[in-house]
Amino acid sequence: MNVHEYQAKALLRESGVPVPRGEVATSAEEAVEIARRLGGDLWVVKAQIHAGGRGKAGGVKLARSLDEVRAHAEALLGRTLVTHQTGPEGKVVRKVLVEEGTAIEREFYIGAVVDRATGRVVVMASSEGGVEIEAVAARAPEKIVKETVDPAVGLMPYQARKLAYAIGLPREAVGKAVPFFLNLYRVFVEKDASLAEINPLVLTRGGELVALDAKFNFDDNALFRRPEVAALRDLDEEDPKEVEASKYGLSYIALDGNIGCMVNGAGLAMATMDIIQFYGGRPANFLDVGGGASKEKVTAAFKIILADPNVKGIFVNIFGGIMKCDIIAEGIVAAAREVGLDRPLVVRLEGTNVELGKAILDRSGLPIISADTMADGAQKIVEIVGKGA
Amino acid sequence: MSILVDHTTRVIVQGITGDAGRFHAGQMIEYGTKVVGGVTPGKGGTEVHGVPVFDTVAEAVRATGADASVIFVPPAYAADAILEAADAGIRLIVAITEGIPVLDMVKVKRALEGRPTRLIGPNCPGVITPGAAKLGIMPGYIHKPGKVGIVSRSGTLTYEAVHQLTTRGIGQSTAVGIGGDPVKGTEFIDVLKLFEEDPDTEAVILIGEIGGTAEEEAARWIEANMTKPVVAFIAGQTAPPGRRMGHAGAIIAGGQGTAKEKVAALEAAGVRVAPTPAAIGETLVETLKVRGLLDKVTG
Repeated sequence: MNVHEYQAKALLRESGVPVPRGEVATSAEEAVEIARRLGGDLWVVKAQIHAGGRGKAGGVKLARSLDEVRAHAEALLGRTLVTHQTGPEGKVVRKVLVEEGTAIEREFYIGAVVDRATGRVVVMASSEGGVEIEAVAARAPEKIVKETVDPAVGLMPYQARKLAYAIGLPREAVGKAVPFFLNLYRVFVEKDASLAEINPLVLTRGGELVALDAKFNFDDNALFRRPEVAALRDLDEEDPKEVEASKYGLSYIALDGNIGCMVNGAGLAMATMDIIQFYGGRPANFLDVGGGASKEKVTAAFKIILADPNVKGIFVNIFGGIMKCDIIAEGIVAAAREVGLDRPLVVRLEGTNVELGKAILDRSGLPIISADTMADGAQKIVEIVGKGA
Repeated sequence: MSILVDHTTRVIVQGITGDAGRFHAGQMIEYGTKVVGGVTPGKGGTEVHGVPVFDTVAEAVRATGADASVIFVPPAYAADAILEAADAGIRLIVAITEGIPVLDMVKVKRALEGRPTRLIGPNCPGVITPGAAKLGIMPGYIHKPGKVGIVSRSGTLTYEAVHQLTTRGIGQSTAVGIGGDPVKGTEFIDVLKLFEEDPDTEAVILIGEIGGTAEEEAARWIEANMTKPVVAFIAGQTAPPGRRMGHAGAIIAGGQGTAKEKVAALEAAGVRVAPTPAAIGETLVETLKVRGLLDKVTG
């Protein structure tokens, strides 16, 4: 789960990681009021959307007067911001973060991530701040230093010191970097984050360390024990179809093709998208109905697929293991009747009780096209919908 | 004749009194697996499918001589259950549970270091040696005893591959689902090593997916160490970056973990990669023909 910058910064502030003073606003009046409260003569107005690349896309503005704060907030709020991470449709800005300006001496990077290869949290730092860390990794990997954390003891001060020295922080700042890094690790673990990035980490002209930007991702599997994190979810930032699907325990991701897919199992669902593309079609979605697909789940899945106006046909690919094909077939028939199936449907059933399942589909009288194998089904739906259409 | 499990494996089921645990314990017993007991704290002294239920794993091991455990307990308690099994001396732990917090698995992995216990999973279908033992949730009847090993990050996609083999008369030595989570007990390389050493495995199918670099690491290991033919499939060639495709571990992040890179790494290591998921069986057959091994694995 992603959160906004202002939410990430609030978590950091609570955990003793210094961030610029600031508050979030939903109107220009509010933005001006916040700037007035903050005082000073330099402010930053930052669009709050779940995507990186806001600066380059014009979503971060400096203001030297309260009038400029108002003008920037007015311009940003309600505007659709397109960054390299939003896709061409962009994201609507509903909130702006108004912060005090920071006098920047140098920019660095500090981040933490669950590293799959070691099965541990790795804390990474770089002297190259303010640019994408992936770009640094590609261009100058030696400029990224890493410390692997033993979960039994957590990030140790010596590791924080090593990182601080390695990225070239001045001696006087190292003493501030150590609690900064340790607190960052602590909040990462205490909130079950899967990624935390402070980019840039700023050394101010006054010699302070500040998290000028902050990005957090949280482990969906741990939200049950972090209600305070779950409460930060912003449904406005998610695809409404994906939100609807998550209510039924369906794993759904919208894509830009025209063949709707309903599959059991994540691996098979990905493979089904792949085989559609192999035969020249374009999948409209990833949809895993899961192992225990009930009639209700199948119906919900159909409704979500059909709600996408781009969908010109549907391919159902089920390998019934524990989930019996006859149950799935009943679900498909019931769902097709309930939602009024108005587009071609190809169904491939295999596995437990496959003959019973196929008989149910045949008897239903619905215009369901049966496929014998995954390849057969993919070819049939691509032929009906049309290649690359 | 197999790796990890065989007809002598004595199995307990942790979480046997829950819906999933109860159902699958029954399916495992029906398949012929030696399920010797179950564990649910507070339910000791009862029975499920005629096997005794214990309050602790230690008690179950003392009473039954169990050496393997299959875990169905809910995500919040799964890390505890895994370590309880390890502490009781269980040799092989198969964690079926989906949705365990990743930082719990980080701790579990650390705690298992240096112990003789092997953990498979979590978020996996389990391990099956056809005709001998089924420790998991896969449909037993699609399998056939034989000589092709399978290792996979997926569930139903593995069933698809097994089905393609069985319908071609090719049996399996053991099929291992290592699971779809980013931090797990057993990686591809661990299983490849076991298959390479197993005298009755003639060839291996590896089913990977987007996310992480385990397939690339497996490719390097195969090139340096594997004498047996390996055929692969990588799911997620059309998956968009930055989106979690169902499995917690199936995500292309920071430009890493794409199917393209994985396919290239495997092909560079001499592994034939099936162009579609429907062609896994056929690709294996072609490879075995070239190697003159087809007769050894059919029938």
